[in-house]
Amino acid sequence: MNSNIKEEVTILFAGDSGDGIQLTGSQFTNTAALLGNDISTFPNFPAEIRAPQGTLAGVSGFQLHFGSIELFTPGDSCDVLVVMNAAALKANLKQLKKGGTIIANTDGFDSKNLRLANYPDGINPLENESLDNFKVTLIDLTKLTRECLKDSGLGTKDMDRSKNMFILGYIYWLYNRNLDNTIDFLKAKFKKRQDLIDANIKVLQAGFNFGETCESTATIEVKPAKLEKGTYRSIMGNQATALGLIAAAQKSGLTLFYGTYPITPASDILHELSKYKNHGVKTFQAEDEIAAICASIGASFGGSLGVTASSGPGIALKGEAIGLAFMLELPLVIVNVQRGGPSTGLPTKTEQADLMQALYGRNGEASIPVIAASTPTDCFDAVFEATRIAVEHMTPVIFLSDGFIANGAEPWKFPKSSDLKEIKPVFAKEYTSENKEKFLPYKRDEKLSRKWAIPGIKGLEHRIGGIEKEHETGNISYDPDNHEFMVKLRAEKTQKVADYIPLQAIDSGKDKGKVLVLGWGSPYGAIKTAVKSLISEGYEVSHAHLRYLNPFPKNLGEILNNFDKVLIPEINDGQLVILIRSKYLKDAIRLNKIKGLPFTVDEIKSKIIEIYPN
Amino acid sequence: MNVETNIQKPLTAKDFTSDQEVRWCPGCGDYSILKQVQSVLPEIGLKREEIVFISGIGCSSRFPYYMETYGMHSIHGRATAIASGLKATRPELSVWIITGDGDAMSIGGNHFIHLLRRNFNVNVLLFNNEIYGLTKGQYSPTSPAGKITKSSPHGSVDHPFNPLALTLGADGTFIARSMDRDPKHLREILLRANKHQGTSMVEIYQNCNVFNDGAFEIFTEKSSKKNETIFIEQGKPLIFGENNDKGIKLDGFKPVIVDLKSDNVSENDLWIHDENDRGKASILVRFFDNHQATGHLPRPFGIFYQEDRSCYEDDFKMQIEKASMEKENESLDSLLAGRNTWTIN
Ligand code: SF4
Repeated sequence: MNSNIKEEVTILFAGDSGDGIQLTGSQFTNTAALLGNDISTFPNFPAEIRAPQGTLAGVSGFQLHFGSIELFTPGDSCDVLVVMNAAALKANLKQLKKGGTIIANTDGFDSKNLRLANYPDGINPLENESLDNFKVTLIDLTKLTRECLKDSGLGTKDMDRSKNMFILGYIYWLYNRNLDNTIDFLKAKFKKRQDLIDANIKVLQAGFNFGETCESTATIEVKPAKLEKGTYRSIMGNQATALGLIAAAQKSGLTLFYGTYPITPASDILHELSKYKNHGVKTFQAEDEIAAICASIGASFGGSLGVTASSGPGIALKGEAIGLAFMLELPLVIVNVQRGGPSTGLPTKTEQADLMQALYGRNGEASIPVIAASTPTDCFDAVFEATRIAVEHMTPVIFLSDGFIANGAEPWKFPKSSDLKEIKPVFAKEYTSENKEKFLPYKRDEKLSRKWAIPGIKGLEHRIGGIEKEHETGNISYDPDNHEFMVKLRAEKTQKVADYIPLQAIDSGKDKGKVLVLGWGSPYGAIKTAVKSLISEGYEVSHAHLRYLNPFPKNLGEILNNFDKVLIPEINDGQLVILIRSKYLKDAIRLNKIKGLPFTVDEIKSKIIEIYPN
Repeated sequence: MNVETNIQKPLTAKDFTSDQEVRWCPGCGDYSILKQVQSVLPEIGLKREEIVFISGIGCSSRFPYYMETYGMHSIHGRATAIASGLKATRPELSVWIITGDGDAMSIGGNHFIHLLRRNFNVNVLLFNNEIYGLTKGQYSPTSPAGKITKSSPHGSVDHPFNPLALTLGADGTFIARSMDRDPKHLREILLRANKHQGTSMVEIYQNCNVFNDGAFEIFTEKSSKKNETIFIEQGKPLIFGENNDKGIKLDGFKPVIVDLKSDNVSENDLWIHDENDRGKASILVRFFDNHQATGHLPRPFGIFYQEDRSCYEDDFKMQIEKASMEKENESLDSLLAGRNTWTIN
């Protein structure tokens, strides 16, 4: 059998949301990852759970970029487009590279499907010359699947459900993969239905065999990537956030209490955490967003690690309570998995438009630390760090993720628990004959943070609240000078965190140069790929990526001044750029995209070239 | 305050009094409630450090500052939600929620009903003064229709909440009413509330002498109290009136007032109070007539309903213990590794 070797491939699986697209995509991802490819994925969900079948609104996509080289994005465009119906082709054809491959399920191109996809009467793109620039493989999935299962005793509905396994088997054949991982998965998934296990495996194998027997095309070999040595797993951002929280709780010796209310795209963190009750994880599905954060504040008051999570609309509801946590000076981690806004906005699409909300979305002067993750695996490290700051500095901290990295997957060289830093809460001590110091709830240490005094400890009875309080005693105070003093003290406390975080590093490129691309959050991969590629073409361009958005690392101003120009790409209408301009008086240039979609590498490259000083 | 010397001596009300100056208006009903709570706590026998008072916003919500226990004065309507998180993680603490008619019935209505259905083992003291005091006199969700206030100069067109009917509707497991002007009764109710395993909801009629003076006068003044109130006790017939001469009888599902002297009825024919009877409780919480209406029923005080049902925090804890036992040895390392790994050499 002849086989072509390729460094990287992008496949886009597309079909009805009921076609099992996400499952097919994630199965191929896991298998690719297990065989040592680098991977980056981008699931793209329709807004409706089950939009009318066959329509453009109902198209669900899963883009997978895998390769033998290091990859940082799910790919600007795809090499292979797998479509289950006409709508899927219509919605995604523009994503396919010239000369790319289309694998189409012919059964999804009958007159009804063509009409639903808004093709003119009598026009079938599979039958005219419109796809002449592409390699097209046609498979009648329904017919072949039913044929394969005709003796299984299953009804047609059950039979048709496994047709995604046929396509998966075929793609496995195309890329020289074996079926073991998916067979194991099927066995676990249908544990109680042997008939479904048998049927799905049979169809999977049939798909694989179909490739082998037809041999319509050469198979493609993508060798394992030369990633850093070590043991890896594949992980999605929301999973990494969940594990980061569990790890941080264990490393701080605290019980994790996760109070939340279901919301897209943050709910998967709840689903993940609720599986780990055996690690003492307490998940609380509250009656609303406000109750979710308030219950977490109650848990923190009681000495647990209180965490709450939501997406932008929910964070808006939590605003007052975040202010309370700020006044109480209790540890609290607030996770915001951002989505398209404002209001309900685009629930299933990505955006980074809640940065200003994180920094300023409260009444009064309530500046709290803000940390952002840049990749799916970085969610683990970044939320661990957010927890460290919350606990060690006795403050609420906002952790920003977004729909793109929350649902995207990549290989993760996971840490050993012994390599993770200890997190050290500072508790107030019981009043005894040795410890006679009078307890003052708002007495501060060198970090300007107070001690955590947990109910149940004798002699530390105290009252805290949202009303302005007197310095150190915490008693209610309306004294004008005290208020000004306290407002400034709390602001200074947050800024003080800068003494306890690493200096900003340059991710790619030199310390000085013509253009610095300064990013934050999920555009990381696209910026990195663009900058690396331009460096190899001789451009003096560098990339720095901010994890700490409040306070900024202390050397950020210095870094900005080492470049002639600063470019800030954001999936919003320009937020970090405003902060950088106002704080450093630097004439930073903006690059914005507000389409609910991540940047492509090309978009960033062209902008750098456009602004590049001659 | 010297802690060590307190170990030997039994605690007194003074030990539960913080050093903060009490700032309610002189004559406010809150004072008497504070005093009762401070004097009941030593009797309950808990240590100060085991008790937490959590309040929302409103006049009554200053309460925690005056208690020498742990306390939190939180934000409007959310004390119930904060207490839920605390109780879920620290079930051994004695948690008291201090709230008002605005705090619990209006802005915090949602958390209030969910607290009740989950049945956390906490005590809710709802200071009902039928007015917004802290914001200086607007009508509240418990103000009677037609109430003239600063924000309703033509009279409120809102239909008021009946807090106890709401509590029963939300499956509350302990439902009681008392008043600031009857310290003895309040004290008994507080003791019972504390004993109950589950959410104990105690509505306390509290006089706001500045913005709604005399709202409950008819129930508290000597001249009208006997005829307008009925004090219910477990196993006892429903009797009230100037000379204990009136009773309440159930005519099917309809409560009727009978004259014990002239109507030819004996105590045996009367409604016998049974705290555990949900059906009767649902009629009793509806004794909520306007006292100007002719033939209106007296307003009941006491424990309307009590039921044993498992508490959220216990089920929550049990689930975690069970899961921990089943997968005892899963380490953080195996969790981080997940099920499928590969190695690059
Ligand atoms: S306004 Fe009314 S409720 Fe508030 S403290 Fe004064 S008297 Fe009491």
